[in-house]
Amino acid sequence: MDLPVPDLPTRQAKRRAVQEITIHTDTREILANARRDTERFGLDSYYIVDVDAHHVELDSWSEVLAHIQDPVLRYNAQAIARNWPYAGNLAMSNHAPGLTMQDVAGRIPHQAQLAEAVPPIAGEHRDLTLVRRAMEAMSIDLQVVFPQPMLGIGMHPSAQTETELVLAYNRWFTSRILPHEPRIKTMLALPFRDPEACLRTVREFGDVPGVIGFLVTSQRQAQVNSPGYMRLYAELEERGLPLGFHAGPDYNMERAVNRFLSVHALSFVTCNMVHLTNWVINGLPERFPKLKVVWIESGLAWIPFMMQRLDHEWLLRQSDAPLLKRLPSEYMRDMYYTSQPMEVTDMDLLQSTFRAMKAETQLLWSSDWPHWDFDTPGRIAGLEFLSEQAKRNILGENARRVFGLP
Amino acid sequence: MGARCSAAAVRWDAGASADVPERGRLVVDAGETSVGIFRIDGALHAYENRCAHAGGPICQGLMVPRVVELLDERRAIIGSAFDETDLNIACPWHGAEYSIRTGRHAGKPAIALRRIPVEEVGGRIYVIA
Repeated sequence: MDLPVPDLPTRQAKRRAVQEITIHTDTREILANARRDTERFGLDSYYIVDVDAHHVELDSWSEVLAHIQDPVLRYNAQAIARNWPYAGNLAMSNHAPGLTMQDVAGRIPHQAQLAEAVPPIAGEHRDLTLVRRAMEAMSIDLQVVFPQPMLGIGMHPSAQTETELVLAYNRWFTSRILPHEPRIKTMLALPFRDPEACLRTVREFGDVPGVIGFLVTSQRQAQVNSPGYMRLYAELEERGLPLGFHAGPDYNMERAVNRFLSVHALSFVTCNMVHLTNWVINGLPERFPKLKVVWIESGLAWIPFMMQRLDHEWLLRQSDAPLLKRLPSEYMRDMYYTSQPMEVTDMDLLQSTFRAMKAETQLLWSSDWPHWDFDTPGRIAGLEFLSEQAKRNILGENARRVFGLP
Repeated sequence: MGARCSAAAVRWDAGASADVPERGRLVVDAGETSVGIFRIDGALHAYENRCAHAGGPICQGLMVPRVVELLDERRAIIGSAFDETDLNIACPWHGAEYSIRTGRHAGKPAIALRRIPVEEVGGRIYVIA
């Protein structure tokens, strides 16, 4: 090892207060290096919209359960929460045991929980402080906040319970969180196994301030092209509200692959591959040309694959998809995609992907904070192949346009 | 990877030798540079507190021995184990893992942390940053 030059002036270094980051560490300390990136790239001068971030609704589960409308289901859920050991934060949910694999056995503490000290603020939920801390550290102007285990609700064995829990969460979030911080926005989850309930959801919440779109939690067996959804799509199109598809894990995939790495690498992409294929091949972009569609949290590497694969097939089998008037990839270029987790292991491939998808106008930066594979705004700001305007578009201006943000 | 120091480098008194016990760590701010100092088999290793993956605070991460898989004579996996001779540090942002002894990524050694010059004189630890 090299030895230092002996005659240098000596100063006193400062011991950091936090020597090891744990689940108890303050978000601002965890993200201190992101704050440094903010200064390095001048990100405070950017308009930054984070189109995908999370809070943990199970931390507030008793409050959510109180918003279940069906009196019997509410009674049952509260009885389970009250009587069964450890069920207070899980009752009636389908929380997948595999979710506890995400933090790589304690290596990534913020994925497990944000158990930091939060001084009580009268009438305010703790999650508001957590969201504000992350926004401050990453210089975010607006953050779209989603639930977490609820993203797997499409795999719940009971369709009725899915509908009741989704609606209970939506009522809770739009009363307890959303009105208290104007910088928080959301795309509310749809009870997607019940098309009529989806429509009622859009009509009940579509005008609530801060609701900037609606969401399909992608991990489910439903076909997005089923006739029952057409009134939903028409309603969203008419209201100018984007429809997002948020990817999620499928732990049943462990029957086919044996490691969490494999489950995560595949299932966060395959669910959206299925829905995008059905969306395009069934001609939904032709039927609802003004409906804006956003693909969330599948990364970017799948996009050029899908473009090439679907174009190749359609050119040979046009009669299978006669509603299409353009190549599948052309419809895909009209859609929007969130950036995280951005695959950065081959910058040439990444640059080609940006070109293929028209990233300058179609890509929306997202952090996915506080999840284990989150991205900071510095990930976009540091890309040398992007122009200054492209960086500004991806970090916030595209989202401003897509969601009609101030 | 060799240690480097810039033209405007400063020698920083990071603390007492006892502040970094065997298999322990000390994270300090040396001016604008955050530095982690570790001791393995008596030797000190110092790195900039910035992960080579995405700039996370690598030196404030979990220290955990390298994980290895065990194969039998058929080359079938029969279990896993910790290699206690190779203590790693995992970045708390995303989990990227490096050998503390080499500063190199546990899976792809070409990816490495920036090593900071460190010395121990008269019971004090000094870094140049």
